[in-house]
Order: sequence, then C-alpha cells, then structure tokens
Amino acid sequence: MTVLAWGLGVLVVLVAGVLIVDIVRDRHSSNLAFWGLVALEAGLLVQFVWGLVLVIDDHTGVPVLPYLGYLIGALFILPIAFLWSASEKSRSGTAVLLVAVLVLPVLSVRLHDLWSTHV
Amino acid sequence: MSEVAGRRSTADGFGRVLVFVYGVLAFAATGRATFELTKFSDAPVPYALSALAALVYIVATWALATDRRSVALAAILFELAGVLAVGITSLVATDKFPDASVWSDFGVGYGFVPLVLPFVGLWWLLRPDAEPVETQ
Repeated sequence: MTVLAWGLGVLVVLVAGVLIVDIVRDRHSSNLAFWGLVALEAGLLVQFVWGLVLVIDDHTGVPVLPYLGYLIGALFILPIAFLWSASEKSRSGTAVLLVAVLVLPVLSVRLHDLWSTHV
Repeated sequence: MSEVAGRRSTADGFGRVLVFVYGVLAFAATGRATFELTKFSDAPVPYALSALAALVYIVATWALATDRRSVALAAILFELAGVLAVGITSLVATDKFPDASVWSDFGVGYGFVPLVLPFVGLWWLLRPDAEPVETQ
C-alpha cells in the first residue's frame, strides 16, 4: 500500500502542477489535466480494492468503519469535483479541481494513520 | 430563489471553489460525527459539537450552492462564532474535551481551514460588488 500511496502522491504533484498552470493562464482545465485526473481516479480504484483486501484479511486494532469511509470517500471526490466544475468555464472551475486533487494526500495520510494502529 | 438575468449566484466564479471547500468539510465533519455518535458517551461534549459543526457546514454548503444569501450569511456567522467559541473552550476547559471535536483548537485537525473559511465566506457575501443580502 505504501508504494501505491507514493505513486499517487507523485501523480497528485504532477496533476496539481498542470492545473496551476491552467489557473495562472486563466483557462478551463486542459486535456492533459483531464487525463491526469483519469489516471488518479484509476489509482484510487486500485487503492480501494487493495485496501478492501487488506481490511477483509487480518485487521486487528484497525477501526474498520473510518478506514472504509476514507477508501470509499476518496473514490467520489474527483468525479464530484469534475461535475461541479464543468459548468464554470473560468479559472475558478479549474481551481475546484485543484482543491479536490490536494485533498487526496490528506485522505492518504489518514488512511495510513488508521492502518498504523494495526497490531 | 429565481435566477434573474445577469444576476450572479453565490455559486458562480470564486463561489464554485468556496462551495466545494464547504462541501468537503461538510462531508468530512458528517463522516466524523456519525462515527463519534457510535461511541458518544466517551466524550459527549466534543462529539455533540462535531455533530453541530457538521450540520452548520451542510447548511452553509446548500445555501451557498443555491444562492440563498441570508441563510448562507446566518450559517457562516454561526460558523465563525462556533469555531471561535469551541476553539477557546477546548483550550480552557480541557476536562470537558477528553477527545477532540471538529472545531477543537480552532480546527487544527483540518489545517485551520475551519478558522479561515468563515472569513472568506463573509468576504464573498459582503464584498462591495456582491448582490445585497435580502432582508425579509
């Protein structure tokens, strides 16, 4: 899971960089940013399945409900941000995507913290 | 709230970002409060305050997203009072806070976003070029 978390972290930095360029240039998110978001969502799906397998197996001491909450919640944030930003054809729409992307590492750290209570 | 031609909604422009940030906090606080209610007796005061914070964020998100300016203003003022009051209380009356609440220590668990957000919200609603908040 750590390898995946780092991979997602690198992808977050790259996609955030592309979005920041789009915001500075005052435009709606570029195609490059879109495919970056698709790649991130795919990574989050892998994280979901991986986390599910971990938690179905031995999870002594890990609070299961919050752990599942973060796994599932992480899947929804990008699609919701995409829909919410779609009708805003300005840099603000792009900024919504940036906020969503920057929330992902926070969720990653929380998942890691929750799993670290595993004994 | 009907959309008058040319009238900008609180959910347009920068408001898109603001509503999304409020939505993320509403989602986070609701998830947290729901989990805390399952172990409510461990720390009733902070857990009840978490539920209150969740409710305030839900109302603020909905009001800003649907251009209900007076509801949004009331929710954000309540939010500001709440985060300040709970922030101070959590530092002073530590015996009442055996566990943290959403607004404990001025929202430190959320990178102090809960402390900054009401000020941004007030600016967005009350800035000089905003539509006036309708009084009923």
